[in-house]
Amino acid sequence: MTMGTDSAVTVRGLRKVYNDQPAVDGIDLDIKAGEILALLGPNGAGKSTTVEILEGFRKRDAGMVTVLGKDPDNSKRDGKWRARVGIVAQSAGSVPELTVTEIVRHFATFYPRSKDPDEVITRTGLDEKRNKRVGTLSGGQQRRLDVALAIIGNPDLLFLDEPTTGFDPAARRQFWHLIEDLNADGTTILLTTHYLEEAEALAKRIAVISAGKIVAEGTPGALGGRDMASARLSWEIPGTGRRTMTTATPTQAVRKLARELAPVLTDAVGVVTGVEGEIPGLTVTRPTLEDVYLELIGGKE
Amino acid sequence: MTEAILARGSVELKVFFRDKTTVAFIFALPAILLVLLGDIFGAQAAASTVKNVTVGQIYVAGMAAGGIAATSFQYLGITIALERGNGMLKRLSGTPMPPVAYFAGKIIQVAVCGLAETVILLAVGTTFYHVKLPDQPEQWLTFAWVFVLGTTACAIAGIAVSSIPKTSASASPIISLSFTVLQFISGVYVPLIDVPPWLRDIASLFPLKWMAQGLRSVFLPAQAQRLEPAGTWEHGRIALVLLIWIAGGLVICARTFRWQNSN
Repeated sequence: MTMGTDSAVTVRGLRKVYNDQPAVDGIDLDIKAGEILALLGPNGAGKSTTVEILEGFRKRDAGMVTVLGKDPDNSKRDGKWRARVGIVAQSAGSVPELTVTEIVRHFATFYPRSKDPDEVITRTGLDEKRNKRVGTLSGGQQRRLDVALAIIGNPDLLFLDEPTTGFDPAARRQFWHLIEDLNADGTTILLTTHYLEEAEALAKRIAVISAGKIVAEGTPGALGGRDMASARLSWEIPGTGRRTMTTATPTQAVRKLARELAPVLTDAVGVVTGVEGEIPGLTVTRPTLEDVYLELIGGKE
Repeated sequence: MTEAILARGSVELKVFFRDKTTVAFIFALPAILLVLLGDIFGAQAAASTVKNVTVGQIYVAGMAAGGIAATSFQYLGITIALERGNGMLKRLSGTPMPPVAYFAGKIIQVAVCGLAETVILLAVGTTFYHVKLPDQPEQWLTFAWVFVLGTTACAIAGIAVSSIPKTSASASPIISLSFTVLQFISGVYVPLIDVPPWLRDIASLFPLKWMAQGLRSVFLPAQAQRLEPAGTWEHGRIALVLLIWIAGGLVICARTFRWQNSN
């Protein structure tokens, strides 16, 4: 990797307004070289606008943006910068009359340090389709071809804008392997998605965007204070029904509960064992990523 | 840069020749029109007022110009609008491909196709309509520069017009309509002398009229200049207008060309 700095992408105070409506309303974002960052959010939250500004496809109204050390708005016609950035757009036209090999080889001619086209075709799982016309590929295969065309130039930074929309679960999983594989080679990746499990599976860091603002940022495990959030205890009192409580100290709460219920606690076969026994129907849960996410976006999806 | 231009040119040609419907349409249309117009108007003695000029010759020149412009202006303009609509232009603009390579590739494609189309047309004309090919080297030289300047001017006009339709769906009707009108007033279907002067003046603003005039000067004998409103072939003026179109068109394209539709 030839990266002058540790940060692949730096965004400060980014704003974009359409018809007086802010689509992006003051976003700060950092992507370190070599990491996968997932930008998660409902449709219309500003994900794609943000990404298209970073890609040099859209002008911003305010803020500072640096992508691989350059301002995309000044560098969108700079071949050297373009060669280091790979783009899988949300939807992009192709050339149905060419074969997979022909179009991948064609795109390779644009790049100064392109990868081997045959290797890229194999890597994106298009081996069996290499001599087929692009127009005959399935949706999932077209999407893999999009990735092949985006990585043929051996980019340092790869943008993936909702890459798996419309995939079946097996195809999605295959696609994730490809992305992990690319990242293992050192490619920095910005992924936008509205699939929670996709962000969780791929990204070391997730930023949640809602109504043009980043509302939370963190590792999948700690997003939105999920690791520190109150736990919910639930148990059964025979004959009375289910009880629940919310606590910031679940371990202590379980100990206390066991002492209180000691007279009725039994072991697995029903012998009363006092405080050492099992609390009937005990569950301890923390909010799932989905709970946190839905809370963060305020029920917008 | 050269590598990218050649790569684009070869891909454009591949794509064009693999689209069988378009190939059939582009190559057959001028020849079919030549047969239709030649047979329908052949009996009329419109041109017989001038010695040695046949209706076949007049229509070969007209159809050659119309055919070249159909490829370089109409087909090109619609294709670019479609590529913009489906996101192919955006994809290309996200690569280090020099933009010039894209346009040069298009011009290579329309030049090859325009030339092939003209050869087919001349074959039909010489076989069935007593068209005689020019025998003077100067006439072929004239053909060469009229073809090069005419194709380039029309292609640049096609690139410029591709940015007018807001969506790719409206590209074909808008571009085809304006092209049909232009052909009628530019002396492609109807001899220029029969076109009302005010329409001729409008046609004179566009490259097609001048390319058609230049091609008549190649395929028609010198006496046929009597059928020109100007009374002469006006070679100097043809070259000048086409060059102005190329220069002005480049400026317009540089300022207005869009790599994606706004949304």
